[in-house]
Amino acid sequence: MTVTVCIGSSCHIKGSRMVVEELQNLIGENGLNDKVELSGTFCMGKCQQGVCVTIDDKFFSVTPETVKDFFTKEIMEKA
Amino acid sequence: MRKFDTKVQHLKYKVLREVAKNAWNDTLYDKLLDIPKVIAPGPQPTMRCCVYKERAILGERVKLAMGGDKENPNPIEVIEIACDECPVGGYEVTNACRGCLAHRCEDVCKFGALTFDNEHVAHIDKSKCKECGACSRVCPYTAIVSRKRPCQNACKVKAISMNESKAATIDNSKCISCGACVYQCPFGAITDKSYILNVIDMIKKSQEQKKYKVYAIVAPSISSQFTYAKLGQVITGLKELGFHTVIEAALGADMVAESETKELVEKGFLTSSCCPAFVEFIHKNFPDIVPLISHNPSPMTALAKYIKGLDKSAKVVFIGPCTAKKLEAQREEVKPWVDAVMTFEELQALFDSKDMEITSLPEGVLDNASYFGRIFARSGGLSDAVAEGIKEFGFTDFELKAVPCDGIEECKMALLKKSKGVLDANFIEGMACVGGCIGGAGCLTHGEKNKAEVDKYGREALEKTISDALAVIR
Repeated sequence: MTVTVCIGSSCHIKGSRMVVEELQNLIGENGLNDKVELSGTFCMGKCQQGVCVTIDDKFFSVTPETVKDFFTKEIMEKA
Repeated sequence: MRKFDTKVQHLKYKVLREVAKNAWNDTLYDKLLDIPKVIAPGPQPTMRCCVYKERAILGERVKLAMGGDKENPNPIEVIEIACDECPVGGYEVTNACRGCLAHRCEDVCKFGALTFDNEHVAHIDKSKCKECGACSRVCPYTAIVSRKRPCQNACKVKAISMNESKAATIDNSKCISCGACVYQCPFGAITDKSYILNVIDMIKKSQEQKKYKVYAIVAPSISSQFTYAKLGQVITGLKELGFHTVIEAALGADMVAESETKELVEKGFLTSSCCPAFVEFIHKNFPDIVPLISHNPSPMTALAKYIKGLDKSAKVVFIGPCTAKKLEAQREEVKPWVDAVMTFEELQALFDSKDMEITSLPEGVLDNASYFGRIFARSGGLSDAVAEGIKEFGFTDFELKAVPCDGIEECKMALLKKSKGVLDANFIEGMACVGGCIGGAGCLTHGEKNKAEVDKYGREALEKTISDALAVIR
């Protein structure tokens, strides 16, 4: 699966760096590097709902606080 | 509300705005010949001897606003009929000479070029004068002035001379496209070609970002521009124009700061490669130093490459203070990444071509880079960033000796010393414009506060270190 995190200005301010770093760590720790591709994009056009993340084409709104739950529910279980 | 420094810029802007307005409406080819008349309606002339000459010159400006002479690769061009053929006498004694007794001018002249008539008034023997200006500097009455043309004065690389008809002409083998002459010519006879039509076309054909997305990369010197509005409003304005999103070129600068630091530590000596006019200057004047130029792309190109790596069909437009970037974008290694280059002047014209009132727009955000990426916009910023890179990337045993060169004359001095083997430094930061990018010819305004504005903008960045800014793109 491809997980894309928005790194545009609006999401950046809302903490996309923390989300990216946390996802990188979690993917590594859980040995998912082969199954999950982490990618970036500048703006998904839903700035209000940042940090914007998509898994394949499905949209999620994630924050640095919720990133762990998001990983467990949407990535760990499905990858 | 001050939008521009000079009326020449304002005139250029009016032409750009009119061309853009028609391009958005698909009426450019019908209205093309009417544009000069719209700007100079007459019957009284307001700038030149008659309204017909004004319109003829405006016709030439329209051509330049539409991309100018396609055969000439230089983005800077002379509008011959607009050149007022200023006097070119060099140093001359004016009637302010009081015929004093001291004769400092005579004493300081190493070439014996000063003589005195019966009234003790000084005269300069043109066959002996070397135009050094020493006499002018010592005269207590400032009676000796240089009658050099403003364009020639501005051109520190001596690329401007006169042709047979006494109009200014640019030697492309010397010109570095910095735009100093563009900004300095009081008649607006030298202008940078505009590619706004390409930008408008790109935006229109994207069909509101459905076919492909158009990204705007904005130079950090924007922090000293559009001072009548808030930066966030300018960002919203860009999106209203039809750009998909706006990204800081300073993020590209963070990328460069990292790779430049590593390259410097590895090689032991480097010159910077951010400023395209400086790079061009080395190629044209110091071929021996060319191998020592950093192999990094400029921040603009580094970021454009990154964007196109994420989004294959992306179109990238760089918006900045720089006319030389228009040259850089034509280079083979840059062409695939940067689709068009625009100046802040041209951006103002685009806003107004859509009658957009920037000051009444909501504030968007722009935050992609670190403090260090952002301060690339002013002289010394790149050296500061490399010093920081050395700390952050663990090269603390490397002793950085940077020479930040502020303006092409300082660049020339440092390069000369390097070529003679007497430069006590291992890093040359070259910025062709005095002050750095904030002194660029494509800026709307130039002022003493600009440096402070850039530093302030730098401090406002969410990320404080280069590594943190780069963490999202790994």
